[in-house]
Amino acid sequence: MSDSSRREALKRIGLAGAALGGAVVTAKLAYDPGGFGLAEAAGKREVRDFRIHAPGSAADPVFAIAKSTTDPAELVRRAVAALGGMKRFVSRGDVVAVKPNIGWDRMPVHAANTNPLVVAEVVKLAFDAGAKEVIVTDASCNEANRCFQRSGIWRATYAVGANVILPSAHRFRDMRMKGEVLDQWPVYLPLVNADKVINVPIAKHHNLSKFTCGMKNWYGILGGRRNRLHQNIDVSIADLATFMRPTLTIVDATRVLLRNGPQGGNIDDAKDMHQVIAGLDQVAVDAYSCTLIGESPANVRYLKLGHERGIGNMFWQQVPHVEV
Amino acid sequence: MNEELPAPIPWLGNAGKVAPLDRVEAAAATPQLIQIRKAAKSAPAPALYAATSASATMTNSGGPSAPTKPKPVAKKRPGSGIPARKVIRILVWVRRAAQVGFLGLFLYFLASTAFRGTFAATAGEPVRLPLPVEGFLLADPFVGAMTLLSTHTIYRGLAWSLVVLALTLVFGRVFCGWICPFGTLHHFFSWIFPSRYLRGNKRVETNRTHWWQAGKYYIMWGFIGAAVVGSSIGGLLDPICVAVRTIGLGVIPALQYFGVRSAAVVASSNVRTLQNATDTAQDFLARTVWTANQGYFHQTWLIVFFLVGVLFMNRFIPRFWCRALCPLGAFLGVFSRFSLFGMEKDHAKCTDCNLCLVNCQGADNPQGGVKHRQDECHMCLNCENACPEDVIKFRFLPKRTSTISKPDLQRRTLVAATAAGAVCIPGLRIANWPDKAYSEKVIRPPGAVEERAFLERCIRCAECMKVCPNNALHPAFFEAGIEGLWTPILIPRIGYCEFSCVLCGQVCPTGAIQKITEKQKMGIGQKPISVGTAMYDQGRCLPWAMATPCIVCEEFCPTSPKAIWPEAVEVPKRDSKYQKEGEQAAMLTVKVQRPHVDPGLCVGCGACEKVCPIVDKPAVYVTNAGETRSKTNVILLENTAYGQS
Repeated sequence: MSDSSRREALKRIGLAGAALGGAVVTAKLAYDPGGFGLAEAAGKREVRDFRIHAPGSAADPVFAIAKSTTDPAELVRRAVAALGGMKRFVSRGDVVAVKPNIGWDRMPVHAANTNPLVVAEVVKLAFDAGAKEVIVTDASCNEANRCFQRSGIWRATYAVGANVILPSAHRFRDMRMKGEVLDQWPVYLPLVNADKVINVPIAKHHNLSKFTCGMKNWYGILGGRRNRLHQNIDVSIADLATFMRPTLTIVDATRVLLRNGPQGGNIDDAKDMHQVIAGLDQVAVDAYSCTLIGESPANVRYLKLGHERGIGNMFWQQVPHVEV
Repeated sequence: MNEELPAPIPWLGNAGKVAPLDRVEAAAATPQLIQIRKAAKSAPAPALYAATSASATMTNSGGPSAPTKPKPVAKKRPGSGIPARKVIRILVWVRRAAQVGFLGLFLYFLASTAFRGTFAATAGEPVRLPLPVEGFLLADPFVGAMTLLSTHTIYRGLAWSLVVLALTLVFGRVFCGWICPFGTLHHFFSWIFPSRYLRGNKRVETNRTHWWQAGKYYIMWGFIGAAVVGSSIGGLLDPICVAVRTIGLGVIPALQYFGVRSAAVVASSNVRTLQNATDTAQDFLARTVWTANQGYFHQTWLIVFFLVGVLFMNRFIPRFWCRALCPLGAFLGVFSRFSLFGMEKDHAKCTDCNLCLVNCQGADNPQGGVKHRQDECHMCLNCENACPEDVIKFRFLPKRTSTISKPDLQRRTLVAATAAGAVCIPGLRIANWPDKAYSEKVIRPPGAVEERAFLERCIRCAECMKVCPNNALHPAFFEAGIEGLWTPILIPRIGYCEFSCVLCGQVCPTGAIQKITEKQKMGIGQKPISVGTAMYDQGRCLPWAMATPCIVCEEFCPTSPKAIWPEAVEVPKRDSKYQKEGEQAAMLTVKVQRPHVDPGLCVGCGACEKVCPIVDKPAVYVTNAGETRSKTNVILLENTAYGQS
């Protein structure tokens, strides 16, 4: 009986050592100290700021109300022109995200979603100003295919060359907004990853927050169970408006839902108003639009919160504006 | 010297000198082949034989014993080597193409059984599927026969099943061998699953006709008996229903789960290019194979187990499902006795090489010496294609001398099976009487007919569940009684019924869910179709029990005017901030809106239940109370309509 050769012994010892070493390295790399792993992110709240920072004089209009015609596309053109034209907001080669309200399985006549003609005109203006790509999307409340098709927005914006993206699970990623009630939440990426974001809400009644327009429209960047937000709807809207600072807000008030909002469903609840409001200050724009459904901005708490946080000015009369 | 040596015996190697080992092995490895050849009298000398004799000659003449390898020759048919008729060789390939094509079409229809919007549609266009995605079910004569017996009518598109019946009357069970997508799956798996396990003689033995192949006929007659007394429960085992249910509710969602999870792993690399690639891939797959949101189906594990089970049986018995269980195959087997096309055998020429049996799909006795079982034959034509002796011929109006056309059944067992099916249904119903005792969870899809009529029609094909855009419809387990297994129920917690959607009725092949219009469903100018009624659990509702504003339910309520109406109240609320010890908690007054249901307006869509933020057990839930299809499950006096219809 002979002992193992030196070579054999070294080989075996080496293999045993390598296995042990591998186990130790694995344990070291995968070591879990226990406790809840959510690291508290320090620092200030996150902001997605898409505003333009071109110097202008204090007398330049901050928002423009177009109401001199009944053609929605013309209203959009006039309102944007009054602010200096789309070229002021969109640079050559930009990826522009247009965020209409496509929340509900309703037709344009119900005025629960943004008017497709308004959205299509915004897309066209963005392309004319040199945008490389214009994305149109929203995280709908009802089934998305239905909302996109029956709102007429899919057809109208596809026709003018927009990239219409339907929401699906993989397009959401958890993000820390560090708002008062909105901390970590799944956020819809196409809307926050663009170069410029244009908010194209529709002004309408909302049973809980009384009125919904530009600031409330940011609910559409959230995934997950956003129904929980309604327990503190005003603060969550203010949080969202703090997080999202759009390049431009273009409010569709061509037909306004006065009752049974935000979903409507009855043609008699909506009224033709033939107005489009374009503005740089989302609070002021919302405050003006609020008067269209006969509500005072003072009664809408999230406008007050937005004003207090310095997002904008809820006293729209004091804000420089023009009517065209 | 040479003359004294025995004549060379080719299959034993060379006599005299010791042959190299490989020579012996080569000869020993082909005894079967050689037997066959021995029987072939007029055959030209086979290649191997010739080679062996050549080497023997060389040995005898004192040459070196090194064997000469047989020259590689073109693949040759064994035995007499008579080639199959050209038309048969072509038809076998046509059959394969048809099988792949029909399976592809079936899967394409199945993947298209989902509403994916289009940029081309105007806002006012009614939302319908562009394809006849339920086509395979409409062409299913077993479904047609069951519903004919239970309802005494042929519902709309089911008239297409006459086409398959007509095909059977002309060509026999071509549906099984050429068209049936589930049969093609079994054909495929019976080819790859057996691996080395089921070869040669073993395969020959399993492909002989076995007594248990009669099982499918008794199953079929049992289902026919059940249909006569008013239940289309046979859909549980109808192959098209099984294929839609298992692939639609099991395989596709599973693929989606794996696909989406793998993509998430790739995307977590935070490399932009990879993320963009996975996004593009997922967008594409969501628009073609699956849907934007992961599909979940209540208790679909049992459905998938069933699929895995019958597919795995192919390892032991090729096409076990088709031979032993399939009621549609049995139904067509009954009618194939009238078929004008069939097989003729020339028993005298058969050499019992069993090549026909190796390739047989239906286990229908294609070999010589026994009668062909026309009712079991899938008309795959493999046997004629394989036969090297010109025994088998498929032709129109063949002689029936060596054919058994009728299923080989015991009359008493047949009657007993039919009677058992007929007795079973009342037996199951007294345990779960559909009028009284079925669970409040049995919320049927909108447009569903009254429960008894529903069970007459529903074949559990799962088309409605597959098409539902909100993943709201699910296969019932025992909620609807044992008889109601895998019938559709609405589970609002998982998905609600989209108010203006009527797709489940569009794809229902049997009219269990009627083809209603949006106007009928939403109640434009008429009473809307209600599937149930929402109820509040005031002990769990935030505004009712916890003085917290909410009313998401009211926001989502789709009816106009809304069936949920809020009552504005001021309620006391305790301040939940930490108090110093001994101090009373401060009391606040908050304004909340308390939701109420108007039962006259509620359609039971379940949107409120779906969006209720009380995640585990919602504070508002829908039961089937007040469903418009029932005359007895009514809660309001005003909706009671005895004597009307």
